[in-house]
Amino acid sequence: MAHSDGITKPKTRRSKRFLETREPKLLENVKNAMIMKGGNTSQTVTQALKDIYSLKKPNAVLYKKKNITRPFEDSTSLEFFSKKSDCSLFLFGSHNKKRPNNLIFGRLFDFHVLDMIELGVEKFVSLSEFKISKCPEGTKPMLVFAGEAFEMDNELKRLKSLLIDFFRGPTVPAVRLAGLEHVLHFTAVDGKIYLRSYRCLLKKSGCRIPRIELEEIGPSFDLVLRRTHLASDDLYKLAHKQPKALKPKKKKNISHDAFGTKFGRVHMQKQDLSKLQTRKMRGLKKRKGEVVAEEEQRSEPKVAKTES
Amino acid sequence: MAACSVEELLAKAEQEEAEKLKTISVQKELDLDFDVGNLLACDKNRIESRDFKEQKKEDFLRVLARDNTQLLINEIWKLPTERVEEAIVAKLPEPATRLPREKPPPKPKPPTKWEQFAKLKGIQKKKKTNMVWDETAKEWRRRWGYKRANDDTKDWLIEVPQTSDPNEDQFAKRVHAKKERVAKNEFNRLKNIARAQKIKTPGVGLLPRTKQSKDELSRAVSVAKTSTAFRGQVPGPTTQRKAPQERRQEEEVRASHRGLLQREAEAAGAPEGHGQQEAQAGHHQGREQTDERGGQRGGRVQEERTQRGGGREAQGEGGQRKRRQSWRRESRRRREEERETWETLRSSTSCC
Repeated sequence: MAHSDGITKPKTRRSKRFLETREPKLLENVKNAMIMKGGNTSQTVTQALKDIYSLKKPNAVLYKKKNITRPFEDSTSLEFFSKKSDCSLFLFGSHNKKRPNNLIFGRLFDFHVLDMIELGVEKFVSLSEFKISKCPEGTKPMLVFAGEAFEMDNELKRLKSLLIDFFRGPTVPAVRLAGLEHVLHFTAVDGKIYLRSYRCLLKKSGCRIPRIELEEIGPSFDLVLRRTHLASDDLYKLAHKQPKALKPKKKKNISHDAFGTKFGRVHMQKQDLSKLQTRKMRGLKKRKGEVVAEEEQRSEPKVAKTES
Repeated sequence: MAACSVEELLAKAEQEEAEKLKTISVQKELDLDFDVGNLLACDKNRIESRDFKEQKKEDFLRVLARDNTQLLINEIWKLPTERVEEAIVAKLPEPATRLPREKPPPKPKPPTKWEQFAKLKGIQKKKKTNMVWDETAKEWRRRWGYKRANDDTKDWLIEVPQTSDPNEDQFAKRVHAKKERVAKNEFNRLKNIARAQKIKTPGVGLLPRTKQSKDELSRAVSVAKTSTAFRGQVPGPTTQRKAPQERRQEEEVRASHRGLLQREAEAAGAPEGHGQQEAQAGHHQGREQTDERGGQRGGRVQEERTQRGGGREAQGEGGQRKRRQSWRRESRRRREEERETWETLRSSTSCC
């Protein structure tokens, strides 16, 4: 009952909370990923899926059973799974003669497939082969993309956006400086994509900012781009549409000129000019018996210049 | 000598500091793009394939990663920090990369019928307290819900009012009134949902379905008959035009049946079910006979209508007995209407 819509009301508070977490909201939850296997998988693929699951814990579900579907041909079973487990990212691993060690990264919008990119694993070193202590799970990783191909090639641009979506954790307002341990580095060179995962050690340097030393901890992948199924432009635009309530409110009465000076308008109340504090000159002081014509001055509520 | 050593020491210290400062600076051709909200850095510099192949891949990648991470850390350290429970925390800005949403943004719900009326009249919502003082129980009880205050269905003693029937069950009356109110509320809630989703539900009538149930068909027919009544006369077999021969034969049949019916009407005071059975039996015979005449009447309909209640049988035969609007029938109808609406909604949502 994906659209309960108030027809069947939840009877317990727990079920009500469950439905509330799943309904569309202004500020969305962290995207969950579902990791599943295809009809035939090799040892490499299963180990790779397990490693990525450990990178993505706790916002991921790893399915144990094999699913005999082909995402590029028929995505209905993927959509059904995403509805049931409320996941909008998926990783599908399979292995056959034509496409050995295949990983399909994908994301969904409104439980329909948005983008799917197929990557082949050429070399894979698993987590267990690095005998170093790892980062605790759930740490927000730092993501670094290197290589101009990520900006030039259209497909790689989408892949970059997909990988950011996949591996960035929850959006947090603040981060503990000592807790910045995990780095995921993606390099696009020679038509291949290299994924390396490091643990960064903050060493003392002369100043406040520490010096970074890296040691490799995590799984390392050498990937090659195979097929892609990218969303059409309108669907992509629709998926990016943010509700108006989230837009930052524009501050009124602030304008900038060509030089960067900040302008604003100051609205003054009616002033009592006789009580105005001006520079006092002794010669002009009012003496008893003298009649001094008062000039009428109008101070206009004009533009006040403030240096920004 | 001491002076020299002091100078040397100072020079050494300066050198070391300069080295350390060098260590956090990284030289790059193009500056990186930072999205600190996502802890993201993008390096657009070209990676020469020659460099890449010369060295060992891992070392090259590690060096590259170290440089880029150093630049990212430099950026992060520029952010304002604060101390939260013994940890220094940097405040992150909003993520700058635009990423697609998971689900479409929520649509505002259209106001319900009451909300529209309240807006029109300018009625404000008044906050009511959850607990109400219950005099009989001498404690604070909920205003609604489990063990509510002033629950009239839970009274152990009800005074029978002067005007009411002494044989009426007052307790059952109250329980029934409550059920009516609950059903009405539920019905209105479903109507609001249907209005919000713009699903058309028939007030009275048949839903477009392949198989209609007997009850629905019979009800639809009875409603249609009442609505097409002319001068108070409900269309039936008597009001239909027939050939003179047919009409004569029918009158004979009807006369023989009238005797049967009178006996059944007396038996109607007895349990309804019993009377229904007899009526059915009687009508069954009648149906067979009239069918022989070749009349294309809803013979089945007549049979069904007799199921409704003893009082209605005579109408089909042209009797002028007033239809007894018993409250039992009314509530049943309402409950069935509600079930219908529920099913429409369920079927429509299951489609989408």
